Amino acid sequence: MNDPLILYASLITLFLPVAGFALVTFSLGRIKKVFIGEISLMAVSLLSSVYILIDKLFLHPGVTSVFEFSWISFATGTGNQPINVKLGISVDSVTAILMFAVMLISFLVHLFSVEYMHGDKRFNRYFGYLGLFTFSMLGIVLTHNLLMMYIFWELVGLSSYLLIGFWFEKDSAADAAKKAFLVNRIGDIGMFLGILILFITYGTFTFSEIFAGIGSGKLPFDSEGWLTAAGILVFLGAVGKSAQFPLHVWLPDAMEGPTPVSALIHAATMVAAGVYLVIRIFVMLTADAMVFIAVIGALTAFISATIALTQNDIKKVLAYSTISQLGYMVMSLGVGAYAFAFFHLITHAFFKAGLFLGSGSVIHAMHHEQDIRNMGGLRKKMPVTYFSFLAYTLAICGIPLTSGFLSKDGILAGTYSFGLLTGHWLIPILGFSVVLLTAFYMFRLLFKTFHGKPADLHKYEHAHESPFLMAMPLVVLAVLSVFFWYGLNPASPDSAWFVSKWIDVPAKVVPESSNFSFMNTTATGGESLYNAEYTEAQHHAHFPTMIMSLLFDIIAIGLALLFYIYFKLNSRKLAAALPAVYNFSLRKWYFDEFYNGVIVKGTLLFSSVLYAFDKYIIDGIVNFSAYLTKLISRVSSAFDIIFVDGLVNFTAYINGFAGKHLRRIQTGKVQTYLVLVLFALLTLIILFKP
Amino acid sequence: MESMSVGLTHFLVLSSLLFSLGIYGILTRKNAVLVLMGVELVLNSANINFIAFSRFGNFGYDGQLMALFVIVLAAAEAAIALAIVLNIYKSFHNVNVDEIDKLKE
Repeated sequence: MNDPLILYASLITLFLPVAGFALVTFSLGRIKKVFIGEISLMAVSLLSSVYILIDKLFLHPGVTSVFEFSWISFATGTGNQPINVKLGISVDSVTAILMFAVMLISFLVHLFSVEYMHGDKRFNRYFGYLGLFTFSMLGIVLTHNLLMMYIFWELVGLSSYLLIGFWFEKDSAADAAKKAFLVNRIGDIGMFLGILILFITYGTFTFSEIFAGIGSGKLPFDSEGWLTAAGILVFLGAVGKSAQFPLHVWLPDAMEGPTPVSALIHAATMVAAGVYLVIRIFVMLTADAMVFIAVIGALTAFISATIALTQNDIKKVLAYSTISQLGYMVMSLGVGAYAFAFFHLITHAFFKAGLFLGSGSVIHAMHHEQDIRNMGGLRKKMPVTYFSFLAYTLAICGIPLTSGFLSKDGILAGTYSFGLLTGHWLIPILGFSVVLLTAFYMFRLLFKTFHGKPADLHKYEHAHESPFLMAMPLVVLAVLSVFFWYGLNPASPDSAWFVSKWIDVPAKVVPESSNFSFMNTTATGGESLYNAEYTEAQHHAHFPTMIMSLLFDIIAIGLALLFYIYFKLNSRKLAAALPAVYNFSLRKWYFDEFYNGVIVKGTLLFSSVLYAFDKYIIDGIVNFSAYLTKLISRVSSAFDIIFVDGLVNFTAYINGFAGKHLRRIQTGKVQTYLVLVLFALLTLIILFKP
Repeated sequence: MESMSVGLTHFLVLSSLLFSLGIYGILTRKNAVLVLMGVELVLNSANINFIAFSRFGNFGYDGQLMALFVIVLAAAEAAIALAIVLNIYKSFHNVNVDEIDKLKE
């Protein structure tokens, strides 16, 4: 059932943003308001994605539309089947929802940027980059094979690089762009290796064909270990792109980019690409790979949440909170809560984009002040920003009636039941502690920014509510952070439409022996991924999870109130009392220092060793051979000069000498000749006389 | 005492002397005209030989005829040679053979 309309709609959605990029790039600044063209193309693209969404969710639910063509055919020797590399797109409900989310947020960010970037000297180019980014991101979402995934993956990296370094006159922005690009590259190498392992084994890049190959029992190098390795290697790409520990260090620095870019790329969409990749390869993850992924996700969530506690830059706090939430999603995939991971990806995309746009609104109003210590009391000046920000904050903390409550509780229930079934208790423990931390640092941020007394009166006086184009996206996103878009019962994550209707959890294809026993599909069912044991555990997990997370939220918000509203507790004194802990968090667990000291310095040291090797050994060999050649040529030159030239000159000398003496005979006088003739005649006569 | 009759040997000695004188003249005289005179001596020594062999040999009149030829030739030769000498004089303004060494160039 391949409806061609879906194909056309997908291609329209995919290519219009890049058409905007081409329009902006090739107008070369000759058209003043070319960004309007880009925005209108985005609007059409958004409508087209809405069509796909409606088709996939309501008209033809559960149908996957695949469009592919054979791109290259490699001969593999006589008697073997040629390898066909296919390119194509595949559209299912996950694709449709994510496409819509990307397009919606991208469109809102475009609108927001019109005001936010107003007066920037590279205003049009900015919109071109946004278009390029949207194109690459949609490519990742739509593709049905790893090859195109990798290509768009790199394109996303490129546009992220361009946008982080958009204000490249600032050294910090240029450095952050470089850092983001290089750190991402490390993850991408792993992903590339993983793709190669899969390609070597199955001779295809297409997801469905790879999964069919695994399902038929063919394993990379005939080993389940290699299948685990392939899964983890591909996951490394996600570690880079989704800023998971230990490659999370680029995301906070990426906040050097314009704030709407942070909202679009570094909160809602690009960083979600890693999670999306794991969703796509979910069915080929073995139990070991999943535990690895879950642990990475849990550690990421915990580490970045502790760092976010003490940061003072509004965007840095949000950056670490993003990393933390991404860790949640990855952890959720690791524990098998597949639908909830995607659910959280979408809800988080909306409320985190909102948080960033809200912070952009605040920064804009405060004339590019980003330090929350200089803010305060903005609630009265910017009511729209404040209330939408409050809605997002409630959502990210998982307070009931918000979207975040539904998705987050699902994730926590997943980790809890995972702990019950496998005994990996570390993951739920970290997961729950992150709830506490998240609620605390988010309310700290909210209170310090919007409540209390203004710290900088001058800036406060000039602060004002943002214009319509900036306020409207905030309101839209705030409305999207409420539960009823996702499910009618605000207290039951399981009955949310994402979980109950829209997302079909695919059956795992890995061999049963390397899968969790509770995840093996029941032979008869086929419909649900998990057997009764797991479903039961999850079912039981929901209630305690809800109670615990609510309890943690209340404790954390209460603490935040005591610290930052009523000043019953003094955060400075606490920091002074525990300087080691405070500094550890403030300096971000010393990751940057560690990477600088060990990896950057190590690389520099290594390269200086290589340089020395080059200089002394390689250059030495080259110079020695040059010296040797010179020496040989000296000898050969001496031989030439003395012997060969000597021979030539000697011959010439002999000839000259002979000539010099024989010329005397040639007097030119007839009588001399006659004498000679006579002499010769007489000689002949004497010699031949009879 | 045997009467001294003039025989072949005398003629041959005379012609040899004459030939040698002629050659000597050719080789040593500077004046081109004198060189030509040497040539005439050589030719005439040859004539004496012809005549002598004609008288004492068994050749009939061939020798005498040849001598007549040579005399004619000598006359012709003298005419041409003198013309050449005149031309040489025109070119070099002298007829000294040892000063004319253009041949070596």
